[in-house]
Amino acid sequence: MATITAPSGAPGPPAPASAAHLTAAEVARNKKRNRIRRLPLLPALIFTVVVTQVPFLLTIWYSLQSWNLLHPTTKHFAGLDNYKTIFTDPLFRTALLNTLILTLAPVLLSMLFGLCIALLLDRKVLGRGFLRTLVVSPFLVMPAAAALVWKFTLLDTQFGIVNWVLSPFGVHHVDWINSYPKATIITVLTWQWTPFMVLILLAGLQSQPGDVLEAARVDGANSWQIFRFMTLPHLRQYMELGIVLGSIYLVQAFDAIFMITSGGPGQKTTNIPYYLYEVAFRSFDIGRASAMGVVVVVLTILIATFALRTISGLFSDEGMEGRL
Amino acid sequence: MSGRSASRSRSRYLIGASVAAAAVVLSACGGSSGGGQSTSANQTITVAVVNNPQMSDIQKLTADGFEKSHPNIHVKYVTLDENTLRDQVTKDVAAGGGQFDVVMIGPYEVPTWAQNKWIVDLSSDASKDTAYDVNDLIKPIRDSLSVKGKLYAVPFYGESSFLMYRKDLLQAKGITMPAKPTWDQVAQIAGQLNDPATGMAGICLRGKTGWGENLAPLDTVVNTFGGQWYDMDWNAHLTDPAFKDAVNFYVNLVKTDGEKGAGNFSFNECANAMQQNKAAMWYDATVGASVIDAPGSPIAGKLGYAPAPVKDTANAGWLWSWALSIEGASKHQAAAWTYMSWATSKQYIDYAGSKLGWAAVPPGSRYSTYSNPNYQKAAASFAKPTLDEINSVNVKQPGTKPQPYVGVQYVGIPEFEDLGTRVSQEITSAIAGQQSVDSALNKAQGYAETVGKTYQ
Repeated sequence: MATITAPSGAPGPPAPASAAHLTAAEVARNKKRNRIRRLPLLPALIFTVVVTQVPFLLTIWYSLQSWNLLHPTTKHFAGLDNYKTIFTDPLFRTALLNTLILTLAPVLLSMLFGLCIALLLDRKVLGRGFLRTLVVSPFLVMPAAAALVWKFTLLDTQFGIVNWVLSPFGVHHVDWINSYPKATIITVLTWQWTPFMVLILLAGLQSQPGDVLEAARVDGANSWQIFRFMTLPHLRQYMELGIVLGSIYLVQAFDAIFMITSGGPGQKTTNIPYYLYEVAFRSFDIGRASAMGVVVVVLTILIATFALRTISGLFSDEGMEGRL
Repeated sequence: MSGRSASRSRSRYLIGASVAAAAVVLSACGGSSGGGQSTSANQTITVAVVNNPQMSDIQKLTADGFEKSHPNIHVKYVTLDENTLRDQVTKDVAAGGGQFDVVMIGPYEVPTWAQNKWIVDLSSDASKDTAYDVNDLIKPIRDSLSVKGKLYAVPFYGESSFLMYRKDLLQAKGITMPAKPTWDQVAQIAGQLNDPATGMAGICLRGKTGWGENLAPLDTVVNTFGGQWYDMDWNAHLTDPAFKDAVNFYVNLVKTDGEKGAGNFSFNECANAMQQNKAAMWYDATVGASVIDAPGSPIAGKLGYAPAPVKDTANAGWLWSWALSIEGASKHQAAAWTYMSWATSKQYIDYAGSKLGWAAVPPGSRYSTYSNPNYQKAAASFAKPTLDEINSVNVKQPGTKPQPYVGVQYVGIPEFEDLGTRVSQEITSAIAGQQSVDSALNKAQGYAETVGKTYQ
């Protein structure tokens, strides 16, 4: 490799036209000074590389091994076998589909509810600060604790509040969690993430200039028109942010699934993070788990890039450029 | 696209990429968690236990019963539910993490773990200590925790499985429980006792996912129905008529006369349901009697016991023990043995009996418990059935056909941790009505075949 790298003393690219009056010696001195100036950044750079990239490289290395912790003597290099297993594994495809459903549904639902609640909270009502605190509280509860409250206090078949509240309407001892597993997880995640959307959208609403709205009203626009043609376009960048951040977090949803359904019944709520956990800590197949990690990263980067491009494209023709 | 928006989307791309990389970092770092080590005379040992009632008791009694007389040993408990305990402990021993000094395991783990030297041979420690009296440990249990005559774990309690039922409720309906009931008789009685109006289920059976959860009772049913996981050539037989009949029987029994929401029920949940008058019978671990028939339980004294129900075999009970063993990577092995030899001693059983009442002491571990007059009096109704059931178990061939592995309610191979969990997920799904038993077993057969091939 060393033979390919240019020697450090070699002349760089030709100096730009504006610097043409500098002598070669001056250019070299400037370069050296710049290099010295950047030197203090080096520790931070090395730290960043070590912290972010080394584990990833290790994961790639592990993914090429046949390595099961339960069979310590059989560890060997396996090439791409682990990847072959993953792509022929029907459970992995199920998990992928579940991840998609369990991410999109809560993000969109919490965005919808968040928008409604934010619009209400934006009005001047008595005790607005108190209401806001109440609305935000689900987001502040620890996810594991929230999952337990949902599992036992609310949805329990025998003693759950939901069954008790619905009992006058002829609903008896419904096993919500096992009868409607996906809906249960989506509900819990939506409940937890709606406040997040409210906070972001509320910030958006409160940054909307009042004089513009007043002018619209003077011009004869009704409430719906103001919302549709003034507020909503103004909010779109905030909604975009909420959807992107929400998706990034919810793709990794684990707590609620682990605590409430353990991925079940069957594989109904097994998403990729939970499936990865099972492969790593039930079958202790470190090689396959690492390979799954790598596949997920590649997919995430692809989808994230694609989604962000699409969203940016959507908004660039709305004349939003100047505001960002 | 303007230059500005291009740079914006690029920076977003980078954010997306680095978030994704962070996810991998997290998944890769799962294995690294070191335990703090102290080299001074004062030692802290970390003990991982499962969250069953007897383990909660010992945690309460450790400060006065052990730490006072051993001031330089401090015991730190990590209490986890069965599935999580297995995940955590197996990860720790397999990676040589040394996060725990003493771990609670059972007959399933002992053979493999001993072979991999993940746990320490306790034979010499145990036999040197005459006060410990290793021969007092109940033999089938001791054998299940030994490999080639060497003891690798000491039983905190031992158990088989039997049927617990409310004598008063059966009497009120004029039903008598046969001395050795068959599953068909039990199903019939469950149907008579099931009362949706009062929320009283005829029988409580485990439905929760986990090979040590719903598969434990289910496998004893499979055995006595004449089914088996593998034949002597490691061919999987999960779709055989006998296996199918057994699973259909179990799933239908839970669905028609079992507890509501069975998919979430395991040992602790069923114990609760019994105490809250929500279930009339309960087929589960014999240790359940020490929970629901102990002082303080609202139904204490109202219970009768029958052997594990059968069909084609003479006995059907399982064999299990929650036992303590020392992790090979532990740096406090001497202190760990000191603690273990207290926790599984006659003295601890005496101490727990005097503090908590004799019916609640850890059962099934020592013969001396069963010859103790205090225990005989307090546990009169369930002491003998427990011991009989433990002695009747044949771990080498619990069913009607020979099997190439050891184990009654599990398949004694390392892969079963994953295989069993997957199959039990399908079973839970069938119990919850999400799929038919046939479809559950077809999938299960596929998983089992893959594992079986590696042994052929």
